[in-house]
Amino acid sequence: MPLVRRKKPAEAEKNSGSDSGNRNEKSEEGEEEENGKKRRLHKKNEKSKAKKAKEKGKWSCVDSCCWLIGCICTIWWLLLFLYNAMPASFPQYVTEAITGPLPDPPGVKLRKEGLTAKHPVVFVPGIVTGGLELWEGHPCADGLFRKRLWGGTFGEVYKRPLCWVEHMSLDNETGLDPPGIRVRPVTGLVAADYFAPGYFVWAVLIANLARIGYEEKNMYMAAYDWRISFQNTEVRDQTLSQIKSKIELMVATGGGKKAVIVPHSMGVLYFLHFMKWVEAPAPMGGGGGPDWCSKHIKAVMNIGGPFLGVPKAVAGLFSAEAKDVAAARAIAPGFLDNDMFRRQTLQHVMKMSRTWDSTMSMIPKGGETIWGDLDWSPEEGHVPIKRRQINNGTKLARQDETGSLGSQLKSAYFGRIISFGKDVAEAKSSEIGRTDFRDAIKGRNFANNTCRDVWTEYHDMGIEGIRAVAEHKVYTAGSVLDLLQFVAPKMMARGSAHFSYGIAENLDDPKYKHYKYWSNPLETRLPNAPGMEIFSMYGVGIPTERAYVYELSSSAECYIPFQIDTSADSREDEESCLKDGVYTVEGDETVPALSAGFMCAKGWRGKTRFNPSGIRTYIREYDHSPPANLLEGRGTQSGAHVDIMGNFALIEDILRVATGATGEDLGGDQVYSDIFKWSEKINLHL
Amino acid sequence: MASILRFRKLCYVEPVKCSSLGFQSYVTPKVGKKDDGIVPKVKTVVVEKKREQQKKKKKKRQPKEWRCIDYCCWMIGYMCTTWWLLLFLYHCLPATWPGFQVPESPGTRLKREGLTALHPVVLVPGIVTGGLELWEGRPCSEGLFRKRLWAGSFSEIFKRPLCWLEHLSLNNETGLDPPGIRVRAVPGLVSADYFAPGYFVWAVLIENLAKVGYEGKNLHMAAYDWRLSFQNTEIRDQALSRLKSNIELMYLTNGYKKVVVVPHSMGVIYFLHFLKWVESPPPTGGGGGSGWCAKHIKAIMNIGPAFLGVPKAVSNIFSSEAKDIAFIRSFAPGLLDSEILGLQTLEHIMRVSRTWDSIVSLLPKGGETIWGNLDWSAEEGHGFSFAKKGQASMSGNNLNNSNQRSLQLKDPVKYGRIISFGKVASQLPSSQLSTFDSKEFPRTNTSTNFNSSCGEVWTEYDEMSRERIRKIAENKAYTARTLFDLLRSVAPKMMQRAEAHFSHGISENLDDPKYEHYRYWSNPLETRLPDAPDMEIYCLYGVGIPTERAYVYKSSPSEKCKNIPFRIDSSAEGDEGSCLKSGVYFVDGDESVPVLSAGFMCAKGWRGRTRFNPSGMETHIREYRHKPPASLLEGRGMESGAHVDIMGNVALIEDILRVAAGATGAEIGGDKIYSDILRMSERINIRL
Repeated sequence: MPLVRRKKPAEAEKNSGSDSGNRNEKSEEGEEEENGKKRRLHKKNEKSKAKKAKEKGKWSCVDSCCWLIGCICTIWWLLLFLYNAMPASFPQYVTEAITGPLPDPPGVKLRKEGLTAKHPVVFVPGIVTGGLELWEGHPCADGLFRKRLWGGTFGEVYKRPLCWVEHMSLDNETGLDPPGIRVRPVTGLVAADYFAPGYFVWAVLIANLARIGYEEKNMYMAAYDWRISFQNTEVRDQTLSQIKSKIELMVATGGGKKAVIVPHSMGVLYFLHFMKWVEAPAPMGGGGGPDWCSKHIKAVMNIGGPFLGVPKAVAGLFSAEAKDVAAARAIAPGFLDNDMFRRQTLQHVMKMSRTWDSTMSMIPKGGETIWGDLDWSPEEGHVPIKRRQINNGTKLARQDETGSLGSQLKSAYFGRIISFGKDVAEAKSSEIGRTDFRDAIKGRNFANNTCRDVWTEYHDMGIEGIRAVAEHKVYTAGSVLDLLQFVAPKMMARGSAHFSYGIAENLDDPKYKHYKYWSNPLETRLPNAPGMEIFSMYGVGIPTERAYVYELSSSAECYIPFQIDTSADSREDEESCLKDGVYTVEGDETVPALSAGFMCAKGWRGKTRFNPSGIRTYIREYDHSPPANLLEGRGTQSGAHVDIMGNFALIEDILRVATGATGEDLGGDQVYSDIFKWSEKINLHL
Repeated sequence: MASILRFRKLCYVEPVKCSSLGFQSYVTPKVGKKDDGIVPKVKTVVVEKKREQQKKKKKKRQPKEWRCIDYCCWMIGYMCTTWWLLLFLYHCLPATWPGFQVPESPGTRLKREGLTALHPVVLVPGIVTGGLELWEGRPCSEGLFRKRLWAGSFSEIFKRPLCWLEHLSLNNETGLDPPGIRVRAVPGLVSADYFAPGYFVWAVLIENLAKVGYEGKNLHMAAYDWRLSFQNTEIRDQALSRLKSNIELMYLTNGYKKVVVVPHSMGVIYFLHFLKWVESPPPTGGGGGSGWCAKHIKAIMNIGPAFLGVPKAVSNIFSSEAKDIAFIRSFAPGLLDSEILGLQTLEHIMRVSRTWDSIVSLLPKGGETIWGNLDWSAEEGHGFSFAKKGQASMSGNNLNNSNQRSLQLKDPVKYGRIISFGKVASQLPSSQLSTFDSKEFPRTNTSTNFNSSCGEVWTEYDEMSRERIRKIAENKAYTARTLFDLLRSVAPKMMQRAEAHFSHGISENLDDPKYEHYRYWSNPLETRLPDAPDMEIYCLYGVGIPTERAYVYKSSPSEKCKNIPFRIDSSAEGDEGSCLKSGVYFVDGDESVPVLSAGFMCAKGWRGRTRFNPSGMETHIREYRHKPPASLLEGRGMESGAHVDIMGNVALIEDILRVAAGATGAEIGGDKIYSDILRMSERINIRL
C-alpha cells in the first residue's frame, strides 16, 4: 500500500504540469522556468507510469493466482463447514423426498418383530477384500509400520508403486514371506468392513446385526492373509487355530449356542478347508475330533461361493486380465489396464499376483464333467441377455421360452474356456485342427535380460512355446490345467502342493487325507454333522464371464504374449452372449451360477457320497436389480458379487438364521435361475 | 477459468461506478475554484480535466477495492500456497535428516544382538488409555455407529457435548449399560496404541517388539472397558474369558512358550484380578485350575503399577479435581477447569465419572498401616521438595541424604492426612486437632436443601444438607482409613455400588473363606499370589517427578447449582523447599503413582516367601529416573519417567524386550533402585 500512497503527489504534479502547459500558450514570461519544470515533471511522470505498470503486472500475475486459490479455498471451507453442520440424517431426507419412504433396514424391522442376538456369528472374508498391514519391510517402506498396504486408501500405490509391489509379493519358491518382509492381515471387524473409504463390504451386515443386539463379543471376523494358500495361513500365522479357538470361546461364553458362519467368495473354500482341518488329527489338522463341527456349527451361510472355481481366475493367471479382483478394477481401472505409469504395469501385476497361491484355489474344479468339453456344456442354450428381456413372465414360461430359443440358435460352446480366435470358438470340434503343445520345446532364444526386473515366467518360454500354445486352439476345463502348467510351471508346482482340481473316484482312498484336497468339495466329504445346515446364497441376473477368446498380442519384448481378443463380438442379428471376447452366462458378475449353486443343488443334496451325514442344503438366489438412482449408492437389491452384502433380503435371511431360524423357516429354496436343470445335465456319480 | 476472471472483473468494476458518481459532486466545486481567474475559453479544457481527474481517481480507487474482499482472498490464497509448498517440501524431505541423527531404537539394537521373539506378549492397558466405541445409542448420536467416543480425535465432545456425556455414563444403580446405550471397548492393538493422534501409549513398545519379530499371532492387546468394575467386564463382555482363551491359544500356537504379560497403570490390578479369577472355580471364576498361572505365565512386567491405589483418585471422586486422568488435563485444560460450556462442566464430569466403578479400584488401599495416620507416614522425611529439582543434575545419595536430614530436622510433613481442611490443619500436631468420629455424620434431614431445579446435573452433593457439609469441613483431617467414611458420606450410592466390587483393607487371615469373593481379588493385601514359583513379577516405574500425595481443601462459596462444595485450596503454598504447592503435598513418584504404591509390594509385600506370596516367586524392582526431553525435537522424550510417557523410555523397552526374548530378572540386572522405597517399606509395619 505505501506504493499507492506515494503515487498521489506525483499524479497531482502531473496535473499541474499539463495545466501549466495550457497556460504557456498565453503567457510567455517565465517560459524557461516553466520548461525546466516541465522536463522535471515529465521525468517524474514517466517514473510513476513505470511504477504503475509494474504494479499492475504484479497484481495480474501472481496475485490473481493467489486470489483465485484463496477464493476456492474459502468456498471449499464454507462448503465443508456447511457439510459438517448438516445433520447426519440429511441425505436420507433427500432420498426419501425423491424416491418415497425407504424400507426399514432389516435390522430395524426384525428388532420390531422382537428378534434378538442368539447364535454367535463368524464372518470369513474372501479374496482381496481383507486388509493387509506391514509389520516389517525394506527401507523403502519406511514409516509404514502397521499401516495398511492393502485396503484403505491405497495411497502407497501411487506414492511408491514399485516398493508397494515388492512388499505385496510373496516368495516365488515357497509362497511365504520374502526375506525381510512381513505383511500380515489386519485383525478384527475393521479388517474387512470397508474395503476402501465408502466402499462397504461387511459394514452393512455388521450394522444390521448390531441393531438386534450383536456386538464384538458375539461377532468375529476370521481375517486371514488371503494371498497365501489355506494351509500356509496355519503354518505361518496359526490362523486356523485362532478361528478354532475363537469359535470355541464364543460358543462357550454364549451359553452353548452354536455358531453361524458367514463366508463370502473365497472364504467359502477357506471355510471348507477349515472344517476338514479342524477335525483332522494333529500335526496336519486341528485335532478337534470327529464331532467338532456338529458341536460348534449351526449353519454355514455361503455368500457367492465359488465352490467349483471361477473362469475369471484362469484369465487372471493366464494374462492378468479380467481379474477376479473386481474391486480393484472398480477403484482403479485405468491404473491396472493401461500403461499410464510405465510400460509394464500389467506385467508387474502379473508378477505379483502369480506369487499368490490363493488365486489358484479358484481355478475351475471338476474338469470337463462339470464345465463341459469341446462340444457340450451344462449351460448350453442359455442366453442371459434374452432372459433379462422377458424377466417379467412367470418362471415356467420363461424357462420354456429360453429353452426353445436355445434350441433354435447355434448355442455357444461354453466348455471351451480358452480358444484362440473367434472362428475356433464357434467351429464344430471335428473341424478344429489341434497340435499338442505339451512336447513343444521351450526355447531360450527369446529370453531377454532387459526384462529381468519384471520377471514373469513367459520369458522362459520362448517363441516356440508361445506358438505351440496358440496352435492348440482350444482348451477345456481339463486342459486349461495343462496349459497353466506349461506357461507357469513354477507357480503351478507351488500351487498343486496345496490345491487339487479333480473329482474323487473313491473318497476312501487314504490320499484324500492330505490337505491339498480339503478345499475341493468334489474330493472331500462334509463333516459328520447332521444337525448342520448349508446355505448357498448368491446373486443372479448379471452376465458373468465363462469363456474367453484369446489372441496373440503383437509381441513387444517385455509383454505378456496373450491377450483377450476384445474385437470378438457376436453379430448384431445373432442372439449370443459373446462380447468383447468374453462369453458370459448367468451369475453374479464374478461367479457363474453353476459354480455357486451346483453343490447345494445336487452334489450335497440328500445323502450323497460327498455328504454322508445328509446335511440339509438350501439355495437362496437373489435376483439382481440395479439401484434406481444415484442416491441409493450400491443398491439394496443388488445381486453383484460384493454389492450383494448390502442386499436387504440376504441380510434378513442371515439375521433370521442367526436368531435361531432354520432353512425351512426361511422358506427353503428360492431359485430364479436354471440351476436345477443344469445340475441335472451334469453326469456325476453321487 | 475465463468465467472466473469475468466474475472477478464484476466484483470490482461495479462498486467503482458507484463511487465515481459520488465523487463528482465534491470534485466539481474544487476544480471551479481553482479555475476562477482563468478565461472562460478554458471551460472545455476544464471539463476534460475533470474527466481526466475522474479517470485518475477511478484508477486510484481500484487498489482500494482490492483491499476489501480480494485482499482477504489474496491473503488466504497466499497462505494456502505457502502451506502447500511447505507440506510438499516436508514430504520430499528424506526420512532421515542428514544433520539430525535419529538415535537407534532398542528394537533394532537388540535385533542385531540376535534377540528374536520367543515368548508371546500380552499388553493390558490402564484406565482411560483404551478406546471406546459406540454400538447402540440414543437418536442424538446418529451416525456414530462403531465410531470412537473415547480416544481418537474426541471431536464429538465439541460437537455434541451433552450427548457425549450421556453415552459415556453408566447406569447409576448397576454400574452397567444404561438402557438403550451400548458403548464397548475397541478391540485389538489399535485400541490403545495411540490415545489421540500423535500421542502414543503403546505404539512405541509395539514397534520395538515388531522389530525383533513380534506380530499379530504372538502379540495381544487385552482391551477391556475400563469404566466397569473388573468382574463386570466378565459379566457383560466376557473380557476375562477372552483373555484366558487368548493366552491359552498363544501358548499353544507358539510352541508351548509361556506368556509375558505387560500391564500398565490400572491394568496391573486388573491383571491381579485376572490371576485370581482364572484359577477360581466357575461360576465366579474362570475354572482354569490351580496350576493355570504356573503353566501359562512366565513373567508379569507391571509398568507404573497402582498396586496400593493413588491419592489422586480421592480428590477425583471428592471434587473431581486433579484427575488421575492426567491426559484430559493435558489436552483440554481450559475445558475442564473453566466454565466455558455452560456453568456446570465440572459437575457434569463429576456426574459421569461417578458412574464409573473402576475409579474406586484406585482408592488408597491398606488404610493407615500403609498410608500413615494423623501423625506418622512412611514417606515422612522423603518428601519431594521443589528445591531438590534444581540440584537434580548433581545426583548422588549423599546430597539427597543431607537434604533429607535437614528436612527431618524441621517438622516432618504429615502425609497421612490425605485430606485436610486448611493449611493449618495439615500441619498441627494431632492433639490439637478437633476431630470426632467420622462415622457420626448425621444422615438425617437430607432433603432440606434439595433443589429440584438442579435435577439435570445430579451429583450426590445435591442431596446433602448444608449442615453436613459444614460438619465434614469441621473434621479437619482425614487419613486413608477415615477417608472412606468421608466418601461414603458424600457419595453414598457410588460407594455402595463400587464396594460390592472392591475392597481396600488388609486381611488378617487369608484363609478366611470370605476372601474367596471376587471383591478382594484386585487388592494385593487381601489375596495370595497364585502358586507359581517360576513366575516372576516386575515393578517397573519412573521416579523423580513430584506426585500428588495429600491435599489441602477448603469449602467453596456455595451457589445454588454450582454445588461441588469443596475445592482444593490452591492458595496453600509451602515455604521455600517444602513439598506443599497449590494445596497439594507432593512425594516422589511418576506424576500419578507415588513410589510407595508402585514399589511396596515388590519391595516388601511379596519379597521372599510371605503370606501374600506363598510360593515365593521372585520380584524385581526396576526404577527409571525421569529425565525430561532435552529438546522439542525429542517429543515426549526417550528417558521419561512420567506415568504414560515411560512407555517410550528406551531402558524400559529394552528390559521388556529382553524378558520377552527369554531373559530372567537376574539376567537383566535384578533390582535397580533410585528412590528410598526400601527404607520406606521397612518403616511400614505389616505382618508378612
